[in-house]
Amino acid sequence: MSTASVRPHRKRRLSAKLRTSIVLGYLLLVALAIVYIYPFLISIASSLKTNDDATANPLNLLPETWSFAAYDRLFTEVPLPTWTMNSFIVTLFVTFGRVFFDSLAGYALSRLNFPGRSFVFAAFLAVLSVPAVVLLIPRFLVLQQLGLYDTYGGMIIPLLADAAGIFIMKQFFDSIPAGVEEAARIDGAGIFRTFWSIVLPMARPALVTLLILSFQGSWNEFAHFVVSRQSTELNTLTTGVASLVSGQLGEGNQYPLRLAAAVLMTIPVAVLFFVFQKRIMNSTEGAEKG
Amino acid sequence: MAKRSGIRSNESVAGWLFTLPAILIVGVFLAVPVLMALWVSFSDWNGLGPPVGGRAQFVGAENYADVLTEEGLAQRDFGTSIRNNLYYVLLVVPLQTALALFLAVQVNRRVLKGRGFFRTAFYFPSVTSSVAITVVFLFLFTASGAVNSILGWLGINGPNWFNDPSGVLHNLFAVFGWTSPGPLGATGPLGLTWWDWLSGPSVAMCALITLAVFTTSGTFMLLFLAALQNIGTEIDEAASIDGAGAFRKFFSVTLPMLKPTLFTVLTLGLIGTWQVFDQIYLTGGGSPGKTTLTPAFLAYQTSFEDLRWGRGAAIAFILFAIIVALTLLQRRILRDRDEKPKRRRRGIDGDPHDGATAQAVTRLNAGAGGAP
Repeated sequence: MSTASVRPHRKRRLSAKLRTSIVLGYLLLVALAIVYIYPFLISIASSLKTNDDATANPLNLLPETWSFAAYDRLFTEVPLPTWTMNSFIVTLFVTFGRVFFDSLAGYALSRLNFPGRSFVFAAFLAVLSVPAVVLLIPRFLVLQQLGLYDTYGGMIIPLLADAAGIFIMKQFFDSIPAGVEEAARIDGAGIFRTFWSIVLPMARPALVTLLILSFQGSWNEFAHFVVSRQSTELNTLTTGVASLVSGQLGEGNQYPLRLAAAVLMTIPVAVLFFVFQKRIMNSTEGAEKG
Repeated sequence: MAKRSGIRSNESVAGWLFTLPAILIVGVFLAVPVLMALWVSFSDWNGLGPPVGGRAQFVGAENYADVLTEEGLAQRDFGTSIRNNLYYVLLVVPLQTALALFLAVQVNRRVLKGRGFFRTAFYFPSVTSSVAITVVFLFLFTASGAVNSILGWLGINGPNWFNDPSGVLHNLFAVFGWTSPGPLGATGPLGLTWWDWLSGPSVAMCALITLAVFTTSGTFMLLFLAALQNIGTEIDEAASIDGAGAFRKFFSVTLPMLKPTLFTVLTLGLIGTWQVFDQIYLTGGGSPGKTTLTPAFLAYQTSFEDLRWGRGAAIAFILFAIIVALTLLQRRILRDRDEKPKRRRRGIDGDPHDGATAQAVTRLNAGAGGAP
């Protein structure tokens, strides 16, 4: 831009070429955006179709006859309300647990001098490199030994703190100047009070990032709930909808029903995404810079 | 002086108290379980009674031998899962990286109107759960589904995606009339014939590969976008003044500066693609014909369904070793090419842990796509 204003003649020479490339670029991007968005639009549309309509006209964005049968069945034949409740219970506990425990630990690792600090931090870093999928069998073994298998406790407690979140919080606290706390300490505030009422409010951006990531992560979590429970009453939306995919649902392929479930379970994360859109786009950016 | 040392000891207590909950949770539900599973992988535990201190016997490396060296079904299944996952990695990692980079460059253009809309559109699939998105893909890729309808417009008779076990390379060979293994019928590594190793991903796996690229490209696009914004516009403009064309500018100015991010994305991609589990579970546990079976799912299936816990745990640890080995290999390459070693701070506190936060974010973000 600045180049253009400094050398106006150059701008004119480039503009024809630039215009074609801009138009072509737009066409390509719009085509790609359609590819990315269309699956979601088809899902919503098909969830409102009849079985036959969904099968016969997979690309139509408008149902031949509008049918709310799929949604109706989700609330009558399928225990969707129970799954939803379980998902909310687990997600709320995990989200607030993570935000609290991760910021406590992150603060200590960033600001408090205690013997063994660098060892603890190194241990958390090491843990970060354990691939999640390798933990499926181990988690089951321990939950069974502790009598937590097939309970809310077993589904929630293992997810209450995570090395990644601790790392994010520590990095954020590292970036806050120490002066503010020192003033508070001199005034005689205890360490927890300083943390709780002075440092934590300053960490709002990082807390919101962690909140979003934890909510999304635990709402979408699937594998952990496959190995930590077996009762159908403890199904979350992810394991519940998975049982719809493999289960017997009566005649036909029942795609409207499955898609309706997929649509409903996407709503909370979609809302979260659109509310915090700016923050999400920036959080990954900040993280990468870190 | 006295007051100062008081603060110090207060800090020691507080430090441990603050970290204790996290240490307990991570220790009890991550560190201890891993050690327990390591023991199980060397035992004949069958799921009854406690795995440690019960009737389970130490059997040495038998569980590892079953899948690595001993001829038989266990070894062939493991070999098949490795082959499937190899093709998955070989296709997903380059495709998702290239697509993510392409999208990032496009939505980073200053002249682009509606950048926010495009960024949202490309990122949204990354937000959704693996379960929801797999359900959608199962619908899109049915025999008479949306994808085949579009292929139909182009005069292509689409395959029955999720039910087609034929290997893509085998199909390609068949075009040239090469349908029998011939000398490749000899047994190769892990109990599979060379012919089987060369099958290529099955048609069903190709649908899963599309799914992975679709769901992860948005996340990685954000990483590239952040890096591009860091580069800023000055260098870009300087290159323009020098008269560099768009392509040359990208390959000789932008790309070299994106190298660190490129390596982060490749590492995360490698780690993530070796862990694909949710999608396999949802599309029938390796069906059709075990051509979508992956080591991650095989470990689960061997333990939870066949109740061969030792063997399942052994597979999980082999997978762990594969992932660690690839990460270390990648790190070594990264270190060799790191042009600014001075920026690295010393000591564990300062270890920037190459993209660890990005990894953390991506892992938390993983929901879909198996990017962890």
